[in-house]
Amino acid sequence: MSNSSETLKTLTVAGLLCIVCSVIVAGIVVTLRPQQAKNAELDMKKNILQSAGLLSDGQDIDEAFKSIHSVVVNIETGEVVNDMNPENYDMVEANANPEMNVEIPSDKDYGGLSTRPKYANVYLEKDESGDTKTVILKLWSKGLWSTMYGFIALDTEATVKGFGYYAHGETPGLGGEVDNPKWKQQWVGKSIYDNTNEVAIKVAKGEAQGEYQVDGLSGATITSNGVTNSMKYWFSDHGYKKLLNRVAEGGL
Amino acid sequence: MKIKQLVLDPIVKDNPIALQILGICSALAVTVQLKNVFVMCAAVTLVVAFANMGVSLIRNHVPSSIRIIVQMTIIASLVIVAEQFLKAFVFDQWKTMAVYVGLIITNCIVMGRTEAFGMKNGPIESFFDGIGNGLGYSFILIVVGFFRELFGSGKLFGMTVFELTKDGGWYQANGLMLLPPSAFIIIGVIIWLIRTYDPSQVEESN
Repeated sequence: MSNSSETLKTLTVAGLLCIVCSVIVAGIVVTLRPQQAKNAELDMKKNILQSAGLLSDGQDIDEAFKSIHSVVVNIETGEVVNDMNPENYDMVEANANPEMNVEIPSDKDYGGLSTRPKYANVYLEKDESGDTKTVILKLWSKGLWSTMYGFIALDTEATVKGFGYYAHGETPGLGGEVDNPKWKQQWVGKSIYDNTNEVAIKVAKGEAQGEYQVDGLSGATITSNGVTNSMKYWFSDHGYKKLLNRVAEGGL
Repeated sequence: MKIKQLVLDPIVKDNPIALQILGICSALAVTVQLKNVFVMCAAVTLVVAFANMGVSLIRNHVPSSIRIIVQMTIIASLVIVAEQFLKAFVFDQWKTMAVYVGLIITNCIVMGRTEAFGMKNGPIESFFDGIGNGLGYSFILIVVGFFRELFGSGKLFGMTVFELTKDGGWYQANGLMLLPPSAFIIIGVIIWLIRTYDPSQVEESN
């Protein structure tokens, strides 16, 4: 075989193989997408419920989600935006859209996020008389390898009722321990703000000291700092502070 | 070679982990819980089997200069397909295994079999060779996972077997078992047992 026909054969084999493989992969991805989307939605509801401590074992997720009202809130004013449908709005997606996000001033950008969406998805658990009992907020920040996305559930006094990440790519066994139920349990009952109304909740270096700290994750300093930073930013006056004030006043 | 031999040999006689010392990485990573072990084993077994068969089908047309990249392409496509299936049908397991499913692409067993067997043998033999090696891999992972979950968290398949002291029981969990290095120790013991049973596997000392 001559040199050029050999090159031609190499290229043909490579080209054909790529086409066949991409068709198979694309076909499967498209076929399975609806099922995956359903799983993801169910998973999202489950995360919201679990972080709020509203899901008991074996309970039907859709059923349990009935007590939760989802709303879209303008982060800057803390007011509910009535003309937006919460079902079609995703604050993480919106954050990638320059028209829907705002830049975070660098002196307030503790989490290294650079932008945040204008509007937030907020989930409210209401009692029978329509008063808000729990407010569930989404927050994220950079860890070591990944952006960690989580939910935090607070009562009307901004005391933590539950906290957990639903997506992250931290090292399993080290930073990945943010998923550890025992560690997540430590957050419950802690106040976000101290007496001077500053964000005080944080992940300690090593063992927790004082009423606003939770234990650090050993071998995962950067992940732990990421968690602290997300609290520091998202509950600052550039984040959810106005909204939480409103909740405290009974205005949400 | 007979199909039975192809399937059964890699389990003890020619085990990819114990004899060839391949695929150790994922044996450390996903063996904390047996549930994940089974999902991982099924994924790896199917990927090796179909990758081996796929490579074997086109082995006579692949120019040797690009054979490695051709094998990689086939393996990578199959792994993506496997991951999509996991995401659609066992979402929770998929979430906990996260990156390790994608890392099947770099599992030395898969590439090792396509290069050593698939490139030289027919598709049917290759398929069963893949199944056999997948089972060999699974055998080790299941044993490792069994001991790690039992002694690390007192459970099997998430069901409590030993009541932990922190829940008011009698068993103090062994924290080492939750960490990846414990898999090395268990694999070491398995290799020792296999080589005691079959001394022909012992390497000659220099």
